[in-house]
Amino acid sequence: MADPMRIRAQVAGDKVTVRVLMAHEMESGQRKDSAGNLVPAWFINEVSATHNGKLVMTADWGPAVSKNPFLQFAIKGAKVGDKVAVTWKDNKGDTRTDEATAS
Amino acid sequence: MKSKVLIAIAALLAVSFSGTYAQKTSVQSIEEYRAMLQDGNPAELFEAKGENLWKQKRGPKNASLEQCDLGKGPGVFKGAFLELPRYFADTNRVQDMESRLLTCMETLQGLNAAEIALTPFGKGEQNNVTALATWLAAESKGGKFNLPKAHPQEKIAVEVGRRLFFQRAGPHDFACASCHSSDGARIRLQDLPNLTKNPGDGVGFAAWPAYRVSNGQMWGMQQRLNDCYRQQRFPYPGFGSEATIALGSYLGSIATGSKSIAPAIKR
Repeated sequence: MADPMRIRAQVAGDKVTVRVLMAHEMESGQRKDSAGNLVPAWFINEVSATHNGKLVMTADWGPAVSKNPFLQFAIKGAKVGDKVAVTWKDNKGDTRTDEATAS
Repeated sequence: MKSKVLIAIAALLAVSFSGTYAQKTSVQSIEEYRAMLQDGNPAELFEAKGENLWKQKRGPKNASLEQCDLGKGPGVFKGAFLELPRYFADTNRVQDMESRLLTCMETLQGLNAAEIALTPFGKGEQNNVTALATWLAAESKGGKFNLPKAHPQEKIAVEVGRRLFFQRAGPHDFACASCHSSDGARIRLQDLPNLTKNPGDGVGFAAWPAYRVSNGQMWGMQQRLNDCYRQQRFPYPGFGSEATIALGSYLGSIATGSKSIAPAIKR
């Protein structure tokens, strides 16, 4: 089970700025361990965000994204109390969804 | 022909303009980079983990750490970070945050403190100690350091730490003071705080635990000091050793009145 994300959704005017911190190793598959063996690739390759259950963003990620990635985006036409949920899926099939309330 | 010259002049102008725009000192550029990082400090992930660990029932005794005495009484954690290292009567020694957490993990949860101390950083229970220290530091964020100095053991620790700070030894004949006793010094792009006097808010002792962007690791003060000793080519000082705690006492005492920004974010 993956560690939880930290999601902050801050309303300014008619848009909400969403900041997401994800806990993930994001192994590129290029590194070698101390024994010289390749560390297998393990990274988030799909990210999606919903606003009150409606899909507002999807992203395809690759191995070049850093460990513990930070993602920021804005949703137009959002207001205080709206639910913002973010889901990631990694190349091992593990997935995690966390939700925040806009404030 | 004429148009070619004009283009050439325009190109030259463009170059000189972008030149003036890029005329930031390297210090300003570093500051800008740090400000950008500050927004999404992954230390928050470790805070969340630490908070869970504090409340979770674990170990052979299946107990949480909520009754842990960090110096302000059992279970009081707000502001405790700002008064550590300090003397603890039950263990009869001066302890910093991390070594005190080991004591609590042993007495309350029944975990083996000596075994955890020997575990390398970034492995097993050591990760949990770091996460706990990160959360506890975050609970005192913005507060001012005020280490107790009344007990004779605390006075000794500060003095021992001060002497260790200036002690030159090892194959490079190095001391902490070799790098940390002048203003405005740096290694490559990293500022080296002058730690012979109060370095100010959020610098030096007041910035750890911190998340290291370059290797994606969360470091507590013990690991910071261990790595300083490694860089000086000293023998490995041991987790929660008297030497590293004494150095913490010294660094904490000179930081009196400075604000803690821990958990911070580093290169």
